[in-house]
Amino acid sequence: MATLLMMSRPTRLSDLPTGAVATVASMPAGQVALTRLREMGVVPGTRVQLVRRAPLGDPIEISLRGSLLSLRASEAELIEVTLI
Amino acid sequence: MPAAADTPLVYALVGNPNCGKSTLFNALTGLRQKVGNYPGVTVEKKVGECFSQHGRRMTLIDLPGSYSLNARSPDESVMRDVLLGRAPGTPRPDRVVCVVDASNLERHLYLVTQIMELGLPVVVALNMVDVAVSRQIRLDVARLSERLGVPVVPTQASIKKGLIELKLAMSRDDLAAPPGLPDLLPVPVRGGLLRSRETLAEAGLVRSDAPLLEPLYLLSSHDPTHYGIADQALARLTAVREQLEREVPGWEDRLVAARYDAIAALCAEVVRRPDEARLSFTDRLDAILLHRVWGWGALLLVLAVIFTLIFKVAEAPMGWIEAALNGGELFGRPIGGLAGWVEGLMPDGDLRSLIIDGAIAGVAGVLVFLPQILILFFFIGLLEDTGYMARLAFMMDRLMGKVGLNGRSFLPILSSYACAVPGVMAARTIDSPKDRLITIMVAPLASCSARLPVYALLIPLLFPPELMPSWGKALILLGLYALGTLGAFFFAWLFNRTLMKGVPTPLILELPSYKAPALAGVVRQMADRAWMFVRRAGTVILGLSILLWAALTYPKSDDPDPARQVEHSLAGRLGHAFEPLVRPMGGDWRVAIGLIGAQGAREVFNSQLGVIYAVEGAEEDESPLRDRLRREKHPDGRPVYSVPFCLGLLVYFVFAMQCLSTVAIVRRETGGWKWPLFQFAYMTGTGYLLAVLIYQIGIRLSA
Repeated sequence: MATLLMMSRPTRLSDLPTGAVATVASMPAGQVALTRLREMGVVPGTRVQLVRRAPLGDPIEISLRGSLLSLRASEAELIEVTLI
Repeated sequence: MPAAADTPLVYALVGNPNCGKSTLFNALTGLRQKVGNYPGVTVEKKVGECFSQHGRRMTLIDLPGSYSLNARSPDESVMRDVLLGRAPGTPRPDRVVCVVDASNLERHLYLVTQIMELGLPVVVALNMVDVAVSRQIRLDVARLSERLGVPVVPTQASIKKGLIELKLAMSRDDLAAPPGLPDLLPVPVRGGLLRSRETLAEAGLVRSDAPLLEPLYLLSSHDPTHYGIADQALARLTAVREQLEREVPGWEDRLVAARYDAIAALCAEVVRRPDEARLSFTDRLDAILLHRVWGWGALLLVLAVIFTLIFKVAEAPMGWIEAALNGGELFGRPIGGLAGWVEGLMPDGDLRSLIIDGAIAGVAGVLVFLPQILILFFFIGLLEDTGYMARLAFMMDRLMGKVGLNGRSFLPILSSYACAVPGVMAARTIDSPKDRLITIMVAPLASCSARLPVYALLIPLLFPPELMPSWGKALILLGLYALGTLGAFFFAWLFNRTLMKGVPTPLILELPSYKAPALAGVVRQMADRAWMFVRRAGTVILGLSILLWAALTYPKSDDPDPARQVEHSLAGRLGHAFEPLVRPMGGDWRVAIGLIGAQGAREVFNSQLGVIYAVEGAEEDESPLRDRLRREKHPDGRPVYSVPFCLGLLVYFVFAMQCLSTVAIVRRETGGWKWPLFQFAYMTGTGYLLAVLIYQIGIRLSA
């Protein structure tokens, strides 16, 4: 596990390039905004793909567990992911 | 818990948004359903009835689509409260049907696992199996049923497939509450929850056998209103949560993760996805509809179609309604309408006037909105049902987010350029209570079509009669629209910074797969909402219209001159009384009367001035009235309708709340008089201050 983390670069979900696939590494606790995201399936270990950014640059669209979700960069930047 | 044979089993129908739940509800109950409202909130309450194969009666409550019992919106609070038996006026259901999207099982099972812990028998309807098949997703239904410990029935509600099997499962006598997933709670948390349930039960706040998580669901931190929970209970519940958080930090986040772990393990057993993911229909359509260039083109096209229909197509039926009631022209022939019929039937007098100018005009004032409301709600239903509405919000969110709103506020505000009444009603599609309220507060600032006749009357007065460049008029009209729009954005920003400060509203939006709309369902919802408008807002509009009529009619004068009668009436006296208020913006008591009349509906301003200045037919052609207004002088000889006054008056009409129907619908949608009164105060106050400012500066500059 430790070697895995060192090999891949942790980055923020909001910074992923379009089309990139990553795993959720960590999410800060106690954020109301993130509780609902967790309930919609974004929990540490989940595989997510950044599908696209909205035409005006924000929000972003991600694909996970077979469905499509949209969230703002202000929330996405709280989520650390590891590129696969 | 088998119920007696003659009392119907009460079923709750629950599921995530976009799982086809409403289609299933319609397919099960057909026409045997009633639509109402939950008390105190604007959430539709739909109750229907269906019969099992053996003729057993079952009552179905269609609960609003929700992602979690941890409620975050009024919709979700209602689902939670009904399932926990805490909704006033709604019995606790005996059993639950959980509707899940078969092609999206993992995400939809989250709510199912929460529901399975409530101690109620559960049946799972595995809906939209056709979509799963088309995506080559294979499901082991028997295994799923065995692992969950509840009956699982594959259905395809859109073509009524699987309904008999579903009803068979629902009418089973031997249905027991499922065991739920193996315990997901860390041991200390479980102990803590048990202890807190005991304390709360002693205080009589929950049942002693209540679901373990019930206290926490009630305290959902996403629900600032804590709907249905008394203050003293709230303090106790908060203490419980804080203590648990101290003992096991982050336990709620861990619970969510544990749930998804268990669901993922279950899905690994029952779901087989194709090895290589193919580009779905939704992916391909999104590549166009959310494209940087084509996306905007598609959006403009959709909006252009909707608004052309609202403005143009609604015009004709609105004219028919007007003509049929108040009289006018119908298909090129002048008719007297209902008013004309009554006029011929009754002798002249107060009663006839009450019926014609009060009641019939009031009814017309209600019904005239129906064409626009029907068209708008038909398209909103269509956009929601196909999945495009979420995309619209996705595209517009950045823009609306700049003033603290979200993408879903866009359509209600845009609709308000036609008419604020359907616009305010359309705000129901916004799930965040804060964003919804701000949207309702600012939507009437969009210059609606009722302002146009007033703009048309006043704008030419800004130019000398011999010089009326049409480009100049167009430019000013555009400026007024821009002013209203800027005003809406400014106040949204202001309210977000002040009134609603500190309420976080992240936009977390599911982009559902595109699908063909269920037209019958869309039409039914459109009709339900239109009926709701007529019944609820209609009665208020009618009552206020009659009050306004009385103010213009009483006390009577003996003078046959209608202008004199108006001056003599309560409204006329009010006009004199309000003259000191109107004078700083450059008007006299006649203008005050016009503004009092326009308080009911803006376009009444023209006909009101027509009566006061005794100009016939001011409703059809405003130019004789305008010529009369140009000649109107103050006692000291200055013209009343000077440029500074007219400009100020125009700005007053941009901002002021002068529409009974909007006031009525805002009261209806916000559940009380507080917000409509606030809205009236801030809009009219802003309009007045700006009008005074413009006039005072204007006369000093021109002096």
